[in-house]
Amino acid sequence: MALLDVRHLVKHFVRQHGLFAPTSIVRAVDDVSFGIEQGEMFGLVGESGSGKSTLGRCILRLIEPTAGEVLFRGENVLQFSKARMRAARRDMQIVFQDPYSSLNPRMRAGDIVEEPLIIHRLGDRSQRRARVAELFDLVGLDADHRQRYPHEFSGGQRQRIGIARALALNPALVIADEAVSALDVSIQAQVVRLLMDLRARLALTFLFIAHDLRLVEHICSRVAVMYLGKIVEIGETKALFSQPAHPYTRALLSAVPVLDPDAPRRRIELDSSTFDRDAPLREIARGHSAAI
Amino acid sequence: MPPLLDVQGLSVTFAGDAGTVAAVDNVSFTIEPGETLGLVGESGSGKSVTAFAILRLLQPPGRITSGHVVFEGRDLLSLPEAEMRHVRGRRISLIFQEPMTALNPVMRVGDQIAEALIVHDIAGRGEARRRAIELLDAVRIADAAQRAGDYPHQLSGGMRQRVMIAIALACHPPLIIADEPTTALDVTVQAQVLDLIRDLKAQHHLSLMLITHDFGVIAEMADRVAVMHRGRLVEQGPVRQILRSPAHEYTKGLLAAVPGMRRGDDP
Repeated sequence: MALLDVRHLVKHFVRQHGLFAPTSIVRAVDDVSFGIEQGEMFGLVGESGSGKSTLGRCILRLIEPTAGEVLFRGENVLQFSKARMRAARRDMQIVFQDPYSSLNPRMRAGDIVEEPLIIHRLGDRSQRRARVAELFDLVGLDADHRQRYPHEFSGGQRQRIGIARALALNPALVIADEAVSALDVSIQAQVVRLLMDLRARLALTFLFIAHDLRLVEHICSRVAVMYLGKIVEIGETKALFSQPAHPYTRALLSAVPVLDPDAPRRRIELDSSTFDRDAPLREIARGHSAAI
Repeated sequence: MPPLLDVQGLSVTFAGDAGTVAAVDNVSFTIEPGETLGLVGESGSGKSVTAFAILRLLQPPGRITSGHVVFEGRDLLSLPEAEMRHVRGRRISLIFQEPMTALNPVMRVGDQIAEALIVHDIAGRGEARRRAIELLDAVRIADAAQRAGDYPHQLSGGMRQRVMIAIALACHPPLIIADEPTTALDVTVQAQVLDLIRDLKAQHHLSLMLITHDFGVIAEMADRVAVMHRGRLVEQGPVRQILRSPAHEYTKGLLAAVPGMRRGDDP
């Protein structure tokens, strides 16, 4: 059984254009289905407005989906009561992109990491303190810096604080939403190494949402490509990157700058007349599906 | 032929409460006519400060403490301000990362391009309007005549960056400094904008100083690369040499951190 199984998930936003104008509907997530196995590093890629972040937030019900099912360990979390959902979130955590805006600037780093333990009423004061020290150590932060404020840390260190906070409750699934996108490349490499290491040590499962295709190719075992609210292609990273089948995936991959100055440039422009937006995903090779 | 731009021993300091910081420390490089120099480095390495110093756009407490910036045979650092204004825009233009903040939000994009031509006495009002539409067409904006009447917020990020490029090109400057011109763009839009810059550069025989943190963009665009780290140029050379056999430890580390770099060529 997959740890996470998303079925026909839909999120429509109603747009109000003014008092006298008709409303329109944005299909941010438009009938999306996919599963993530226990222990997997699953990549979700797409450009701005593709719906990838909305999808991540819908899975945690930070945004209420319009329709569909989100099965976590076989149970549909969309039917959970508020209290049950709160408890379920212990198992499903998120790390956001911007370590500058996602940490409360008035809280000390140690308190930021401790807060989830307080909210979920775990342990007494001294147990929580010990756990925070352990978490600082786990993500490579100096436990002596618990009393510092976020602005006293560098961008990479702040992202480590966000990761420590996400791990405080021992989650099974971590949604990393552009978690390393804002970081310089050398810092990014360190944080990515940390995530890979944590996945192995804690048997974590990751939904890694990113726009950086080179990074996703590098670290994810499977990947789904989103375009205008739909998954247009999904499969093993190797197969998808070497034999992209959907015209959008092909255009997207061909747009990534090649690191070899002598490599031939084969830009493929997306011609939306070459594919059917409503085509369902179908298997084109074992474990590799495309909406063509 | 002398280089178009010859920067020698440029140093910039920022004075603050905690002492003086050397943001740019004895930096030297040249750009030949028609050449693209990629200036690469991480945040805070001094890439953008170098560009601002060349154009004498540094704001206090930033200060050029030493060096020469010889452009078309004249040292820009000793030029009277009036002549420097002529150099900015007319001889060297600048493209920024974020076109939404670089463009005037309450001015139609066609007028903003025309303004560049009028300010630099290149064209009168009617001529400037006509040229603005030509330039929008040159940066591959469809329905240029109609789009000239749009405000920046009506355009997509990629289109806004094309407008910035049109403004940069307006006065036919021999050198364009582009500071992370595609960093804020989606990868497919980035590809279009890079193609556009490459084509326009060849067409007008421009020199380009391309500031970026992305080695992929460097590999696609640059002839030569200069690597900056903590205000210093740690290494410079032809793009192939820097990417394939970097000499400096910092460059090696930086390249090793780029995902997919060490794996070699993809099939």
